[in-house]
Amino acid sequence: MAESKTVTVNFGPVHPAAHGVLRLILDLDGEVVERADPHIGLLHRGTEKLIETKTYLQAIPYFDRLDYVAPMNQEHAFALAIEKLMKVDVPKRGQYIRVLFSEIGRLLSHLLNVTTTAMDVGAMTPITWGFDEREKLLDFYEEVSGSRFHANYFRAGGVHQDLPDGLLEKINDFCISFPKVVDDMETLLTENRIFKQRNVDIGKISKEEAVDNGFSGFVLRASGVPWDLRRSQPYDSYEDFDFKVPIGKNGDCYDRYLCQMDEMRESVKIMTQCINNMPSGEVINRDTKIAPPKRAEMKESMEAIIHHFKFFTEGFHVPEGEIYTAVEAPKGEFGVYLISDNTSRPYRCKIRAPGFAHLQAFNLLSKGHLLADVPAILGSLAIVFGEVDR
Amino acid sequence: MSSPIDLVVQTISEKINPIDVKVINNQIEIIIESRQIISSFQFLKDSSKCQFRQLTDIAGVDYPDRENRFEVVYHLLSFKNNLRARVKVYIDEGSAIDSLTSVFPCANWFEREAFDMYGIQFNDHPDLRRILTDYGFEGYPLRKDFPLSGNVEVRYNEIEKKIVYEPVKLQQDYRHFDIQSPWEGTTYKEEEQDGNGGK
Repeated sequence: MAESKTVTVNFGPVHPAAHGVLRLILDLDGEVVERADPHIGLLHRGTEKLIETKTYLQAIPYFDRLDYVAPMNQEHAFALAIEKLMKVDVPKRGQYIRVLFSEIGRLLSHLLNVTTTAMDVGAMTPITWGFDEREKLLDFYEEVSGSRFHANYFRAGGVHQDLPDGLLEKINDFCISFPKVVDDMETLLTENRIFKQRNVDIGKISKEEAVDNGFSGFVLRASGVPWDLRRSQPYDSYEDFDFKVPIGKNGDCYDRYLCQMDEMRESVKIMTQCINNMPSGEVINRDTKIAPPKRAEMKESMEAIIHHFKFFTEGFHVPEGEIYTAVEAPKGEFGVYLISDNTSRPYRCKIRAPGFAHLQAFNLLSKGHLLADVPAILGSLAIVFGEVDR
Repeated sequence: MSSPIDLVVQTISEKINPIDVKVINNQIEIIIESRQIISSFQFLKDSSKCQFRQLTDIAGVDYPDRENRFEVVYHLLSFKNNLRARVKVYIDEGSAIDSLTSVFPCANWFEREAFDMYGIQFNDHPDLRRILTDYGFEGYPLRKDFPLSGNVEVRYNEIEKKIVYEPVKLQQDYRHFDIQSPWEGTTYKEEEQDGNGGK
């Protein structure tokens, strides 16, 4: 009888199932994973260092490039951090628009993640359906911000511009048609024998372990911890909305998939409520000099021109202080720890990415599973390297 | 009547003997000494009043002018009390700090990141390697004295048929604008005013 010995396999850094640039060093005993050592940082761009040298306004686009499948959710955390430090309010309409687009971001992220993971385990069709819907959502992004991905739309104090005419009706049409697509995808996946064999009881993690390992978002909820920042520490106007927080039981890949599917349905509910109750008025706080003056004003007033010039060269000053703000990003708790020294540039901006903590537990999750389960576990954690590597 | 946050603050100031505890923006800020770090975190995690069960983040901060140059900032979250706490430890460049991996397993990568970015050493860390920077990287990029452009650049050398590292050569200097506003008053003016009896 042959003696068992471990073989070391290098997985990635360029591998279609790695969802980006992940290098995994796997110690295999036959087909069973003994140890997994993720090597990250291949997409490290020094975002935090760059932000320290930019004004607050110039720093916002960097947040689009973190978790690039749901750009506006990241901007949201940064905008909230500045608002808290400066103690400025956001007009109600601005808050609702931000909630609306955060939920669109959640759909973008879950659609991409669920469908690509399904493809990793062998289901080809969902990705074609899901990306069709994603394209519609990206059109909404484009209509408000001018670009499909790198939106740069959320600002401290609100959002950059008001919604174009007719956009709310389009989003409403989407909200009516979208649940059918989720249902269709579920008929393909949820009770599918192959999909269940590949996901049920794979990458299982208990409640306690999930908390200890710094999990957040749907990965934590799939393990049965009822914790959602939109509910427990509401920011913007999340307390106005009626939605459910889906909780899993087993903490395996299958529960994480189910949580994402249910969250998509809840997101649509929030979006519909947003559209129906959309307040009128300003979209950004114009009283505190954190927004540029209006064009029309600049034709008349010298002060407005000076303000405009100073705003885009020097930037606005944020009073000394430090703050940690977190939002419920699609993948979990996305936090920004901002230290300001009363200049127009952040002294330090630490970004807390949910994927970083999730990937850290990869060794724990994959131990004892087959090599073929590695892509399934990776996919179920919704890893995006833009945010893990920063 | 005391709110939950006051109760937690009171417990902390009684039990772990911190340098300072205060509440800012509904978040508790605790400053502790570096040698009592393990016991303090164990208490914050286990005590029935605090229950800070999750370590959300570890951030290093660099203040080159201070005597203790680095600040290590730990962010804790209590699900039970719906509270966040920020624990700060000050250390200087040469000294090391105890690793929290025995209390919170997820401290592992966060501490690796702080080591990678600032060169902060952690005692008893199971695997203190660089995490985000390149293999064989030199220097600590998030320190304030590390240049934004870095020190080396990478290219593929067609003659040697391999990747080579060379010192950074910028065709144009990085333009660092002095944006201190002369209109909002310079510092010497304030000093003058103070000398004349202040405002």
